[in-house]
Amino acid sequence: MDSTDFLINGIANAFSLIFNLNPYILSITGVSLKVSGAATLLAALTAIPLAFALSFCNFRGRQALITLVNTGMGLPPVFVGLFIFVMLVPAGPFGSLNWIFTPGAMIIAQYIIVTPIITGISIAAIKAVPRSIIETVYTLGGDGKETVIVTMKESKFGIITAILAGLGRALSEVGAILIVGGNIAYTGSVGGIGEGLSYTRTLTTAITLETSRGDISTSIALGIILITIVLFVNLLANAIQRRD
Amino acid sequence: MEIFRIENLMVKYGEKVALKNIDLIIQRGEIFALMGPSGAGKTTLLRILNLFEKPTDGCLVFEGKRLNGTHTEKLNARRKMSLLFQTPSVFNASVFENVAYGLKIRGADKDTIEEKVINALTIVGLEGNERQKARTLSGGEAQRMAFARAIVYDPDILLLDEPTSNLDPANVAKIEEIIMRIRSERGTTIVFATHNIRQVKRIADRVGILLNGELIEVNSKERIFAAPEDARTKAFVNGEMIY
Repeated sequence: MDSTDFLINGIANAFSLIFNLNPYILSITGVSLKVSGAATLLAALTAIPLAFALSFCNFRGRQALITLVNTGMGLPPVFVGLFIFVMLVPAGPFGSLNWIFTPGAMIIAQYIIVTPIITGISIAAIKAVPRSIIETVYTLGGDGKETVIVTMKESKFGIITAILAGLGRALSEVGAILIVGGNIAYTGSVGGIGEGLSYTRTLTTAITLETSRGDISTSIALGIILITIVLFVNLLANAIQRRD
Repeated sequence: MEIFRIENLMVKYGEKVALKNIDLIIQRGEIFALMGPSGAGKTTLLRILNLFEKPTDGCLVFEGKRLNGTHTEKLNARRKMSLLFQTPSVFNASVFENVAYGLKIRGADKDTIEEKVINALTIVGLEGNERQKARTLSGGEAQRMAFARAIVYDPDILLLDEPTSNLDPANVAKIEEIIMRIRSERGTTIVFATHNIRQVKRIADRVGILLNGELIEVNSKERIFAAPEDARTKAFVNGEMIY
């Protein structure tokens, strides 16, 4: 088989796996969406109030927190994975929870990675609201609470973009969830490929595994799904930015 | 009857003195022009009147009460006023939502909001534009919409910071007509900052001349233009002042 055949066969088999709704691939996609979706939702619930607090309130440690957020935006995922692993292994401080190698551990790891990203981009969106808008609220009789509400409305598209950027980051993350999730699928084979249905195996971690095992068709199928989801998230973010 | 009394007011930003030795009384229902060159302190004085900024020294008496600074007291006072900026800031919403804002935060009911917004838009000549995105308005229309937003809740005092400086003559005439109408129909006290001498002649009752942060003369419009007491006032109104 020459390299062209190798590629064509790989891609053709990949599309066949996708269109036949292979259960192994579907279960991996499902775990990816659930883990990244839950992590992004939790991160957004923390990051948006945090971004407003950092933008509007003066409190002790504010600058340190901003520095922490900025540092967190570039945090290496493998380091986060290692940190959560050490915390959750049986010998670690939270070992008794038995969360290591569970989707819960993966959500925690992605939450730590995504929260600073959503916070940082949200702060930028809040800062982009012109000062004259805030002043106008005051001149029309508004108070501090009203300025926060108006800023929230004015920056809503930027904040939605921040959440989508966080989701995109979570979906494409591999290092941390590989360490804390263990890339586990149940025993047995479904649809003639892979192992059983996914437990902690996501699109990204499955691609690393299937590629190392030489199952290129499955890897390409997973890659196509991953890139389609990430592309869709980015198109949505672009559409929202254009609307703003 | 006086609505504002300013006594020995000073405003400093670091070492820079923006306003000093300001003593001024504004009467209820009058149109008072703050006239002076750019950088004289007109905007700062308007922001002080709007309780937007704290003076470094001196005091501000509003409706006979010295405002010492509790949040509720200041908020109640501010809710009797509107300050309109030289360049209007427009919320990312419809014209209706923009104009209705002041009423909503005051807890007005839906019918009142509907009625007052339409009335305010009619006064400024923007009736029929309620559903338009406010950010698609032209400069003149945006300024008129901001005017409607400022008058919709019937403020006792309207503070205008060079409200016509970026507008074409047609829109200038329209804004001046609205100012006169608001005062005659509602008895609103209007304080406006400008360096447009002809505009002051057309619409003001009394004039204060600000120069380098000092109020050098306060007088009736007639006295300011016909018989100014200060030589610098004479130079300014005759267009001889170089600044």
